Amino acid sequence: MRTFKVTTKVVLGILPFMAGAAMAQDYPSQNITIVVPAAAGGPSDTVARLIADKMSAEFGQQVLIENMGGAGGSLGAARVAKAEPDGYTLLLYHVGVSTFGALYPNLPYDTNTAFSSVGLVTDVPMTLVSRKDLEAADVAGLLDWLKGEGTGATFGTAGVGSVSDLCGRQLSEATGIEFTVVPYKGTGPAMTDLLGGQIDLMCDQTTNTANQIKAGEIKPYAVTTPERIALLPDTPTLAESGLEGFNLSAWHAIWAPAGTPDDVRNRLSEALQKALADPDVIDRLATLGTTPVAADLATPAAMDERFTSEIERWSKLLADAPAN
Amino acid sequence: MDLLSNLALGFSVASSLANLAFCLIGVLLGTLIGVLPGIGATATIAMLLPITFQLEPVSSLIMLAGIYYGAQYGGSTTAILINMPGESSSAVTAIDGYQMAKRGRAGTALATAALGSFFAGSVATFLVAIFAPPLTTIALKFGAAEYFSLMVMGLVMSVALAHGSVLKALAMVVLGLLLGMVGTDVYTGAPRFTMGMNQFADGLNFVAVAVGVFGIAEILRNLEDEHDRQVMTKNITRLFPNREEFRQMVGPVLRGTGIGSVLGILPGGGAILASFASYTVEKKLSKNPGEFGKGALAGVAGPESANNAGAQTSFIPLLTLGIPANPVMALMIGAMIIQGIVPGPNVVTEQPALFWGIIASMWIGNLMLVVLNLPLIGLWVKLLTVPYYVLFPIIMAMCSIGVYSVNSNPYDLFAVAFFGLLGYVLSKLRCEPAPLLLGFVLGPLLEENLRRAMILSKGDPTTFLTRPISATLLLLSLAILVLVFLPQIRKRREEVFTESDA
Repeated sequence: MRTFKVTTKVVLGILPFMAGAAMAQDYPSQNITIVVPAAAGGPSDTVARLIADKMSAEFGQQVLIENMGGAGGSLGAARVAKAEPDGYTLLLYHVGVSTFGALYPNLPYDTNTAFSSVGLVTDVPMTLVSRKDLEAADVAGLLDWLKGEGTGATFGTAGVGSVSDLCGRQLSEATGIEFTVVPYKGTGPAMTDLLGGQIDLMCDQTTNTANQIKAGEIKPYAVTTPERIALLPDTPTLAESGLEGFNLSAWHAIWAPAGTPDDVRNRLSEALQKALADPDVIDRLATLGTTPVAADLATPAAMDERFTSEIERWSKLLADAPAN
Repeated sequence: MDLLSNLALGFSVASSLANLAFCLIGVLLGTLIGVLPGIGATATIAMLLPITFQLEPVSSLIMLAGIYYGAQYGGSTTAILINMPGESSSAVTAIDGYQMAKRGRAGTALATAALGSFFAGSVATFLVAIFAPPLTTIALKFGAAEYFSLMVMGLVMSVALAHGSVLKALAMVVLGLLLGMVGTDVYTGAPRFTMGMNQFADGLNFVAVAVGVFGIAEILRNLEDEHDRQVMTKNITRLFPNREEFRQMVGPVLRGTGIGSVLGILPGGGAILASFASYTVEKKLSKNPGEFGKGALAGVAGPESANNAGAQTSFIPLLTLGIPANPVMALMIGAMIIQGIVPGPNVVTEQPALFWGIIASMWIGNLMLVVLNLPLIGLWVKLLTVPYYVLFPIIMAMCSIGVYSVNSNPYDLFAVAFFGLLGYVLSKLRCEPAPLLLGFVLGPLLEENLRRAMILSKGDPTTFLTRPISATLLLLSLAILVLVFLPQIRKRREEVFTESDA
């Protein structure tokens, strides 16, 4: 009887591995679902649909997009965190995923361990912009003006923990200047108030700011990425304007639930890299003011590392957030 | 004439065979989803977005716009026939429209809604064409303080929505305000009244609340007694308004169009108020306000025109600034970005064919809608003859699918069930759902703008009085309050209540 028990245990222990191996070989044998935890039509959804289209062609299986908005995206993320780690349910979202742990007290998963990265998709640069009649001529002038105004200066964001908010927090930390943060429900209404001169400053994805800048309706000071960007070649980076090491982007990545077999993950990563090299994708991403990331940054390992460091970085800056 | 040549360009784009076809598909789909309870324009446009990848940018936007204003037409149909508003604007139509239907005047109500919408849509489209740029500058003058005062005015008006006890109406507004507080505090990120469930972090779903307190509650009421429904179908004598009814319609439609056009321009939630404001105005101007809530024609004509005019003019901030006035507009921006057009102030100059093509298509689309909808009225009214044991389960199923499809959030379905029961209990207590819904919609906007205005003014409350637009709106609110509580008017109201209680 004793031996029988052992055998059962062994067999039961081996079964999942066997299933995993069999699965990985003919993966994908069914449709893949990418959960985008935001409304259809938003920037993240646009990126996801572009990539999904190309990955479908690569796999010969439909890659479907499921929009599941709510709670800043944490509901959709939770759905993926709890899904079978078989490579058929994936998450595509932005830097926000690394802040959920700090923002939501009842998050049903642990951000540090719930996901296994497939790869980075794109870095969307942010632009620091002001109402068009702000007198400061450049970043140095702006910082002087901010020092003079103190909390009289107003900085619009899309709400606590949004990328625009992270940008404001990082700016405040890097310069030591305190200004008044004015949260909105999304960057749309914040942009309206910036255009109307109701607030002074804002930091938004370049997709949203580029045309307003070109029309002269708002004033650009800097981009937040380490390098200047093609869409706004005359706008300096914050790093070159004296804020050394300032680096912020609304990066997008794909994750699988933790425990997804390595070969499945590699297969997905391969397909992602292929999609990112597609001229169509490069073209469309350019209209978003962004480019696909370099191949060495798109690997699962590089993304895992980046994700861990981003979680740490933002939970420090979000010290006053509800779950921190 | 610049305008003429621009419009000519627009019509030449919009009247190409392909674009006419997409416009037709759009308005057809819009009417259909508007008629199906619970499925809103937002969900439909979201589902159709991927298809628009393959289309020309103009065609795809013409189609999506068609779905949006088509749904405004169709939405009034369910509000009138089964007391099931899918959007905040049709909640007002449900008040008198459903009463008209109960009295066998469903056809008249539907025709009034369609004709009023057509007139308002056409006028507002021309307003968009002529005044888009100057109107945008007015919209930008609205900061947090102005929006707060506007919302105060909306709340004061909400009392007029009641046709029973003022006290009960106020209680419903307050309950609505409280329900609107559920969700994440925008300013601190702290969850409020979510009972620890992240599913409620974005607040209660509007469609879930509206479908619950209006629709499900009505179904429960109907299950008590089948008699009402028989009355509805047996009393139908004619489908179209007679000359006298046309005469009654003119004033409300004109005023509704004006109110809707103005409020629709404001991207911060002005359009929400359009139908409520129009209803209030009509009730105040009416010779017998007691009729309101019991099937007043003006109570359908005014708000329906206002909401359609608002739907058209809410394209102004989208097209001239690249700023979305509501979730549907946000999706339109997504559609533009997917097509490689980045919305912003230069769309008008860089893409004149797109800009004027969309505007011209709106007029064509409105014409299509009225031509489509008038003959359909007979068909919709026949729906009322479907036996309840067939109709009610279908309605419930459609509602559930519609509500779930917005966010794939099962908790929204729990909310429908809960608010259905609540609505039933409230109806037993003779409390009305419309003021509750207005409070629910306005509450979050009121709070958000109050706190933002206070942050921007560094805690100085006089900001509401020193800013001229804000001060004017507050004065108007005060004037409305005085009007409501002026003794002689109050007396007249009381007479009306005794009548309605009898």
